[in-house]
Amino acid sequence: MSEIDPAAIAEQADVPTEPKQASHEVGRARRRKEDARLLTGRTQWTDNIQLPGMLYVQFLRSPMAHARITRVDVEAARQLPGVVAAFSGRDFAAEQGSLPCAWPVSEDIVIPDHPPMAYEEVRYVGEAVACVVATSRYQAADALEAIEVDYEPLPAVLDMNEALTGTSPKVHDQGNQAFTWKFGQGDIDEAFRDAPVVIDRTYVQQRLIPTAMEPRAVVCTTDGQSFTMWSATQIPHILRFLLAATTGIPEHMIRVIAPDVGGGFGSKLQVTAEEVLCLLLARRLGKPVKWTESRSEGNLTVHHGRDQIQHIMIAAEGDGRIRGIKVDLLADMGAYLMLVTPGVPLLGAFMYNGIYKMDAYDFACTGVFTTKMPTDAYRGAGRPEATYALERAIDELAHELKLDPMQVRRLNWIKHEEFPYTTIAGLTYDSGNYEAATDRAMALFGYDKLRAEQADRRDRGDPVQLGLGISTYTEMCGLAPSRVLGSLSYGAGGWEHGSVRMLPTGKVEVVTGSSAHGQGHETAWSQIVADALGVPYEDVSVLHGDTAISHKGMDTYGSRSLVVGGMAVLQACEKVKEKARRLAAHTLECSPDDIEFSQGAFKVKGTSQQKTIQELTLAAFAAHDLPDGMEPRLDADATIDPENFSYPHGTHLCAVEVDTETGQTKIRSYVAVDDVGRVVNPLIVEGQVHGGIAQGIAQALFEEAVYDAEGNLLTSTMADYLLPSAADLPTFVTDRTETPATSNPLGVKGVGEAGTIASTPAVVNAVVDALRPQGVHDIQMPCTPERVWRALQ
Amino acid sequence: MIPAQFDYVRPTSVQEASQALAGDDDAKVIAGGQSLLPLLRLRLTYPTLLVDVGRLSELQGVHDRGDHVFIGAAVTHDEVVRSGVIRDACPLVALAAATVADPAVRHRGTFGGSLAHADPAGDLPAVALALDAILVTSEREIPASEFFVDYLESAMHPGEILVGIKVPKLGPGWGFHYEKFHRTAQAWAIVGVAAAVRRSNGSIAEARIGLTNMGSVPVRARETEARLRDLDLGEAVRQACAHAAEDTSPPSDLHAQADYRRHLAQVLTHRAVRAAAGSP
Repeated sequence: MSEIDPAAIAEQADVPTEPKQASHEVGRARRRKEDARLLTGRTQWTDNIQLPGMLYVQFLRSPMAHARITRVDVEAARQLPGVVAAFSGRDFAAEQGSLPCAWPVSEDIVIPDHPPMAYEEVRYVGEAVACVVATSRYQAADALEAIEVDYEPLPAVLDMNEALTGTSPKVHDQGNQAFTWKFGQGDIDEAFRDAPVVIDRTYVQQRLIPTAMEPRAVVCTTDGQSFTMWSATQIPHILRFLLAATTGIPEHMIRVIAPDVGGGFGSKLQVTAEEVLCLLLARRLGKPVKWTESRSEGNLTVHHGRDQIQHIMIAAEGDGRIRGIKVDLLADMGAYLMLVTPGVPLLGAFMYNGIYKMDAYDFACTGVFTTKMPTDAYRGAGRPEATYALERAIDELAHELKLDPMQVRRLNWIKHEEFPYTTIAGLTYDSGNYEAATDRAMALFGYDKLRAEQADRRDRGDPVQLGLGISTYTEMCGLAPSRVLGSLSYGAGGWEHGSVRMLPTGKVEVVTGSSAHGQGHETAWSQIVADALGVPYEDVSVLHGDTAISHKGMDTYGSRSLVVGGMAVLQACEKVKEKARRLAAHTLECSPDDIEFSQGAFKVKGTSQQKTIQELTLAAFAAHDLPDGMEPRLDADATIDPENFSYPHGTHLCAVEVDTETGQTKIRSYVAVDDVGRVVNPLIVEGQVHGGIAQGIAQALFEEAVYDAEGNLLTSTMADYLLPSAADLPTFVTDRTETPATSNPLGVKGVGEAGTIASTPAVVNAVVDALRPQGVHDIQMPCTPERVWRALQ
Repeated sequence: MIPAQFDYVRPTSVQEASQALAGDDDAKVIAGGQSLLPLLRLRLTYPTLLVDVGRLSELQGVHDRGDHVFIGAAVTHDEVVRSGVIRDACPLVALAAATVADPAVRHRGTFGGSLAHADPAGDLPAVALALDAILVTSEREIPASEFFVDYLESAMHPGEILVGIKVPKLGPGWGFHYEKFHRTAQAWAIVGVAAAVRRSNGSIAEARIGLTNMGSVPVRARETEARLRDLDLGEAVRQACAHAAEDTSPPSDLHAQADYRRHLAQVLTHRAVRAAAGSP
């Protein structure tokens, strides 16, 4: 074995002795480095993974919304060609455990047993009751048809209000109420007593089906002792921990890998029945198994989103000043409580006051069981619902007082000079400037001119009416300070981890506990690290999504990656630099205090003597001459727990043309001015805003999961569950104001959910605004042409 | 896509295809597959044999044959949209084909396939009906008015293969429009109206109107056609179009209730007729 010669390595790797570049990566609109492989498919999606001896799993799913299982016979399936095994739920009853709910929100919460494969009772259409494992996907699917199941029908429970009556059939023996959760500040009775104006409205958040580009898929293999699972998941770390907790397989014997994952929007923030069962099947059969859902299987069984009935009341003065807001929610849990099912409405509980000042606030939420697919986090999780009800009701208040809806907002919002501001819901908004974002949006939109056109169309009785919709939103994201999560009974913390590995050749390998599934972490983290360490952007690579590589992490959801995970990486960079500074001082024979760092080089103040970070990295690798007590290598880890949430805000304005003859709506223009704090990569922000707005518009106008009276999902294919495409959406005009967050060193706020949260009320406010002269105050989402037309009859 | 098992043959002539179909009661014809594959995927149908006619030479091409245009059954929607012959001689076919689903579907799906599938929600059956097209099968010629028998059921018997469609040229003075009402660009029509209008001296001399998704088969708006004859353009046209939904029995489904479809048929027929008549 040859000697390691640092000088030779340095030459080979072209280790710079001068700083390579003046780095200004943060703020640069770089194209994403991960996109080439994602867009060309030259990567490993879970379904692409092939292992020797791979077996394929298919699940037989309940066609009944609610029934007792009286018999399952898988024998005929076992005899079919290619079939290796077939199991009923009962075959796994002793080992499959109960799917976890990590957010028991209240003392009175009912968390029913949730077996991954049902064996006594089914409680929604699509619940797995049996499975087949075969040598091909086709043979497994064929064999499902040979399984016989006898069901004794039980009554479906579909309507939340009916479910809470004493006469309703029960979803679970414990009853249909999952929990009640209350929260209040100030004297709400006083606020409503003799209030000059009271707005009292009920809105329906329809049920939505999250639709990621990549369907869910799981591969699991074992060497007889330990297990490796690949899953299209947002949460490899949480999944590993909860697979261990659910099955009893020791945590250190499980490795979870989230390879490239094609989107999640919250739907892959879950511990699924299929993941648990693939693990157990791999254990029982000693073979690798794979399951990939079909799109219609996904519509049935990916956890659904929203589905709330919102009762909101605003008490206000005659001039439009808000006294207090009272909210009472019914939230459809579906048949079981999944990972954070009961917590979703609570994420909205602190947001129904929005950007407005008031003296009193009261919130109550009742979780209700129905015989439908469980609901859980979906892009925005609780906050889109809150923003929708609030922004709709603010428009009602303006209409009631014959005031311009923007005027009412201006009157009530927190002024920019009042930050930091502690809201009635108890959150401290660190920074914001609602005036600046709004002024910019109003100018881009041409608000006054559009109002004039609206008046003209009304005067002319034009069959195509124009409506203007406003949404001035904020949100709490960057989940989250662990102590706050603890106070809300959440089962884990909100910290994040980052590692920076300084490789001998001066390249940098970053390991993040965030788990990218389309957000562009590799690009954004590289930009942050390039600036922090003064290394070229190209010299940074980012690893994520594998519990064996990224050993600590809380994963990606709730617009938390940059604000928490990115800051952990930044802090690790600071530790690297601190150590490098001490090594530089040692090498250059001066005090660390005399070293200044600039653009990748550590210089002795007032001299030309310097060492680049790459030179120091190599020196720390060779470790021939380190200061006393210094460990070799410059690598560093950091785990940070945020002190506060972050609070992006913005003003979205939407103009909608409504064809009163057909009810057809057409978005004429859409302006979004968001303030997400400092921006690391404007292209990524733009992409998130566009996608977010599209998803919010989808709720306003297009998407709805519909169950029939027997509890069958009618929208099980994309022919019936309508997703808008680019052809159905207008050109978005987007701009930003930049009010840095004060709660983190980069001043970033997070952008993953903002567009979705803001856009839904902007669109529906516009539709309703178009039809106010006809006495329309509400149109239930999605505002389909038929619903609009009926509202006019 | 995990369909049940089936055999697949790709015959080289219509005769061979007919023989293949005759030998198996559960055989199905496939061309572009844009209607059949979703049914296979959902295991709503279990054919034992797929007979692929998509590349049969007899089913290809768009031919100008003097008084009519012959469109091969396996011509894709995209080819229809791009055909100069069709755009010149029977533009309504191209106008409607351009609204079918999305580019991916239009590049695979065939004109003949969407007629043979006989889905009343498809855009092209109503067009064929409005234009009095003649459907040429391996055995006979069937007028469009007799071709659509019921929901997803045509007059063709098992083993019969649609070879092409004769679309009569309507000559000068005719204007055309296909008015499709749907919720997203890729979605099926809630209601569609195919209109051909001949103008003469500022009035409507003759109108032919086919309705999409207003019953178990595509239908003609006969009452409106009769009332439009020799009518001056103006308010009277709206009144005539108010009869468009007469004698229809539109479905109530997830996307629209029947009464709304009836209402839409009236509004959209008015719009389609005005557009076909070149009236702003």
